[in-house]
Amino acid sequence: MPGISDAELREMTQEERVNALGMTTEQLTGKSLYIEFDPDAQERFAYPWAPDVDFNKRTEFDAGDLTNTEVNARIRELMAEGYGTIVLQNPRGKHSLAVGILSRLNLIIEGSTGYFGVGLIDGPNVRINGRVGWSCAENMMSGTVVVEKNAGSTFGAAIRGGDLVCRGSVGSRTGIDMKGGTIIVGGDTGALSGFMMQRGRMVVCGNAGKNLGDSMYDGTIYVGGEIRSLGVDAVTADLTQLDKDWLTRKLTQYGLMPGSGVDHFTKIVAGKQLWNYDNLEPNEKKLIL
Amino acid sequence: MCGIAGIIHKGRRANVGAEMTSMLQALKHRGPDSTGYAVYGDPSEGEYVMRVKIAEAEDMELGRSIHDRLEERIEAVDAILASHEAEVKVKERVRPYALRYVLNHDGDTGDMAGHIEETEGVEILSLGNGLELIKDLGDAGSVAEAYGLNDFEGTHGIGHTRMATESDVDIKSAHPYWAFPYNDVSVVHNGQITNYWIMRREMERKGHRFMSDCDSELLAVYTAHHLANGVQLEESLRRSIDEIDGVFTYLVCTKDQLGMAKDTMAAKPLVLYESDDLIAMASEEVAIRTIFPEEIDTYDPYDEEVRVWQA
Repeated sequence: MPGISDAELREMTQEERVNALGMTTEQLTGKSLYIEFDPDAQERFAYPWAPDVDFNKRTEFDAGDLTNTEVNARIRELMAEGYGTIVLQNPRGKHSLAVGILSRLNLIIEGSTGYFGVGLIDGPNVRINGRVGWSCAENMMSGTVVVEKNAGSTFGAAIRGGDLVCRGSVGSRTGIDMKGGTIIVGGDTGALSGFMMQRGRMVVCGNAGKNLGDSMYDGTIYVGGEIRSLGVDAVTADLTQLDKDWLTRKLTQYGLMPGSGVDHFTKIVAGKQLWNYDNLEPNEKKLIL
Repeated sequence: MCGIAGIIHKGRRANVGAEMTSMLQALKHRGPDSTGYAVYGDPSEGEYVMRVKIAEAEDMELGRSIHDRLEERIEAVDAILASHEAEVKVKERVRPYALRYVLNHDGDTGDMAGHIEETEGVEILSLGNGLELIKDLGDAGSVAEAYGLNDFEGTHGIGHTRMATESDVDIKSAHPYWAFPYNDVSVVHNGQITNYWIMRREMERKGHRFMSDCDSELLAVYTAHHLANGVQLEESLRRSIDEIDGVFTYLVCTKDQLGMAKDTMAAKPLVLYESDDLIAMASEEVAIRTIFPEEIDTYDPYDEEVRVWQA
């Protein structure tokens, strides 16, 4: 939990803790659907089959002449041997690299990846010293991914947790269907970013394309630059001190804090006019009908 | 799905054939059915390169009679060229069903092309001063080898790997499309055009012809229509975003330009690399990486983005 200690978390109220962890506070249909992270339980947040890796044990390999399947198999072999820090050289835009890593790992990718890079991960810290193609970190559950250059469309589609950071600009539909976690974009984002967003937070330091937050259910989007247009049911909200504190902490953490601060950021939330939910599950509704 | 790629060198020539082959081969997984190239060599005023298809590749399996018919078609093409006083300087039968002519001609090339296409089974794939348009079934490696493309020197080119979705696996539905009858204009497209029939009927009412039922051909005809009416390439690309419905990213080449347009939804990919010497683009970065093994900076163009580069 970088930047915040367990002791500090314990001292917080539930709302403060949920905000500090980048989760959402809303309760849908009377049922609380978020899972609050328990700092006492963090040691148990590992899959039973996860390899016991040592971050100080470092290795690197050349992916230039390997297929993406061979690259992913090689990463798993090295993790099974206990390597906790792996440097992947010459990815050359290959697709689906480093997907499905479900345990702690420091992974450094020296170059650019193609589609679906680091998708379906739960736990690793990844730094990509290059650009990423479409759908980077799709369905990410936890961990951190930092992309040093630009990213393609559907960056962080359906992520549920963790921090996903792009220092450059990203394509369209960033964070489409995101269900948690944090997406931070150092530059601009394209059209329909935050489309059908359900939870989590997105920060765009530059400009946002048209239809931002279209049909978002919940979650929060912060934009530092111009917004070409808001999507259906996306509305502006007041930037609170809690928002500013959180933005300052997150952007500072990743070296993306603007010189002008965060007071100028625009906050976007769901207008919740499109909601057609009730408090009943389908089987409950049948009993009434 | 389909894959598209393009490259343009600024003020210099390079081995565009090999570069395109390398990129298109890397996109094979996006479309294994057919591969096509539109590459641009030295334009020579008054001298035209004409690529002609006299049958589909699958027609060659029809038996001995097809060979007699192909000879008749070639004779018909030669006779029409002679009737238009076109001097044939080079005539190559590159494949049993594909020919390449180099012509001297002072007349109306559009009229001559229309006349040639009246011949049953004959389709002009391209006509222009610098354009060489090649398309056939198979992947880039096999097409490039069959047509001798790997040594092609030129300034720019575009290409396509096709996954047939709404039309057949044949050469007439393969990309690129020549913007008949506009010399040297070619188009490749990735996407679906949803107002295809409306736009096609509009173009047909204006006198344009279609050789296939492939929606991508519309973009070539649409571009040809605008260019023939004095509209600049960039303006044509911008208008297409408003007038053509669907999801699309497409590339257009003229004798000395390469342009791109992305639809309002930005639903079809394109990755761009720009340097002082050249611009390369492809549906996926993995294609660009085949010609730039070193680390480079690339980006995705946004929705409704139009760009045009000069050779």
